[in-house]
Amino acid sequence: MTLTEERPAPAPTASSITADQLGRGPQLAVMIGAVALGALSWANEGEPNWARWIIVSILAYCVGIYVVSRVVEGPRRALDRLMAAIVTSAFLLVAMPLVSLVWTVIERGTNRFDTEFFTETMRGVVGEGGGIYHAIVGTLIVTGLATLMSVPFGLFTAIYLAEYGHGTKLAKAIQSMVDVMTGIPSIVAGLFAYALFELMFGPGTRSGIAGAVALTVLMTPVIVRSAEEMLRLVPNELREASYALGVPKWKTIVKVVLPTAIAGIITGVVLAIARVIGETAPLLVTVGLAQGVNWNPFDGRMTTLPVYTYYQYVQPGIPPEAGQDRAWAAALVLIIIVMVLFTAARILSSVLKPKGLR
Amino acid sequence: MTDRVDTPDTEVAAPSLAPDTGPDNRIVVENLNIYYGDFLAVKDVNMVIEPRSVTALIGPSGCGKSTFIRSLNRMHEVIDGAHVKGSVYVDGEDLYGPGVDPVAVRRKVGMVFQRPNPFPTMSIADNVLAGKRLNSRRINKSDAEELVEKSLRGANLWEEVKDRLDKPGSGLSGGQQQRLCIARAIAVEPEILLMDEPCSALDPISTLAIEQLMNELKSTYTIVIVTHNMQQAARVSNRTAFFTIDGTGQPGYVVEMDDTDVMFSNPKQQSTIDYVTGRFG
Repeated sequence: MTLTEERPAPAPTASSITADQLGRGPQLAVMIGAVALGALSWANEGEPNWARWIIVSILAYCVGIYVVSRVVEGPRRALDRLMAAIVTSAFLLVAMPLVSLVWTVIERGTNRFDTEFFTETMRGVVGEGGGIYHAIVGTLIVTGLATLMSVPFGLFTAIYLAEYGHGTKLAKAIQSMVDVMTGIPSIVAGLFAYALFELMFGPGTRSGIAGAVALTVLMTPVIVRSAEEMLRLVPNELREASYALGVPKWKTIVKVVLPTAIAGIITGVVLAIARVIGETAPLLVTVGLAQGVNWNPFDGRMTTLPVYTYYQYVQPGIPPEAGQDRAWAAALVLIIIVMVLFTAARILSSVLKPKGLR
Repeated sequence: MTDRVDTPDTEVAAPSLAPDTGPDNRIVVENLNIYYGDFLAVKDVNMVIEPRSVTALIGPSGCGKSTFIRSLNRMHEVIDGAHVKGSVYVDGEDLYGPGVDPVAVRRKVGMVFQRPNPFPTMSIADNVLAGKRLNSRRINKSDAEELVEKSLRGANLWEEVKDRLDKPGSGLSGGQQQRLCIARAIAVEPEILLMDEPCSALDPISTLAIEQLMNELKSTYTIVIVTHNMQQAARVSNRTAFFTIDGTGQPGYVVEMDDTDVMFSNPKQQSTIDYVTGRFG
């Protein structure tokens, strides 16, 4: 064929690469039809049955889009659309409880989102009023102490596993221990810390530090696993480049490997904090509950947000609505703290991540 | 791994790229056998590498060229289970002798790798200074700037990056990154420079730049280069060694070594003739 030869005009029907396609209109029609069919499923009962409505709609949409697409576009596209419909509905079903949860917490938590709530404690409060100042202080102190203890332990263990112990029996033993520790029920960690402090300081000891130890038991394995993964992601070429410059191993780890992995490590630490900040059972056992502020984690009971929430709900006082409002508001504060932590971690990792050291 | 904890620096030299006096940095390899665990990867290497020249190592894939070159600065042993038997003398000192610190060896024998690997967390200038900085030598600002310029000029990269020294090194093109790695290697003032297929990931123009660079560097450094490109070996090297392997699982060995023009025109061994003429069998 030469370039000068005239191209044949495209045949209107017999092309092998064009095919009929389902436009947005028919797709939307199928969706509306499916939702309508779902509505029919409760129509004669008068009252919407939401669960049935959603499930029937999803099933009807999956069947409908497959049939319509098969007729218009052929079997391959039809299967593609069916799979897309299944995957999307699975996501929507999973997202629904989450949205509902956040919505409920915001709706009920905002009843007591006033200044008094953040500046007052529960000292002398029986009915309405009161606040969570002491619980915020307690949660920050206990979780902060737990982070201070578990980050060095976790990070050093991870460095050993990823950089030094590779393939050794000790490393394998540590790895399986870490896996086991990841699965320890939190109440067991609480009882362990309680027993430990009872042995050291006598029966009935309650203190913030005991709670921090319990949380450390829960946090450390999470940090070890995530930090180890992050360190393994650092390309070996960078280590070799550093060795080839005559840099000793420990310095290679400190100056090359850790800075390269730092963003992921921080994310892992924040995930670990988020995991333990809402722990109730171990703190109930080890830290207990106090009505006022206790700044000293080494002496006496403290209040933490989860335990506060729990007690406000089971012992709401008179009238009970005041306590329940406080419980929901405390739960909302807990969620906000976790979100702030995540945002801070994001910002911190994007600042630290790549680029020059200057 | 046998790396020791940080050793005190043996020499704190004024920044100068040319070790113009003193030892001649001839490398003498005697009966070197290189192992990965129990597996013998390269056997019985005896070789003299002349100072201030380029020595090329050629041969088919898997014949142990890279393994051998890594044994010349004890980079080989960073792989678990890897070890050698035999001796490598530099200036008459055995790199594998008792009490030799691999970290000190690597400060003397620099290395450039197959894939450019600048440190992603560091700027261009910091990459060049990495060897100095990471070896905890305090270096003042003007010395640092001088060293950065000198090393980047040495690697033919200065003109291209002088306006963005504080930008990350990973933003450069592949060829520039490789020259940055060379600048980084020569900034620690090694006496010997090992290059493990430095151009295999690069386009012809970057390759040309690096070959020109090798030509300039050989007046001050002893250079050993592994290459799959026989034209490149013919272009840049003074002497060439041909490695081969008899089959999978067999150790690689040196077939012959001679001046490059002899190796490419009139080699003694039939397998060398087959390889350099492209009739490898």
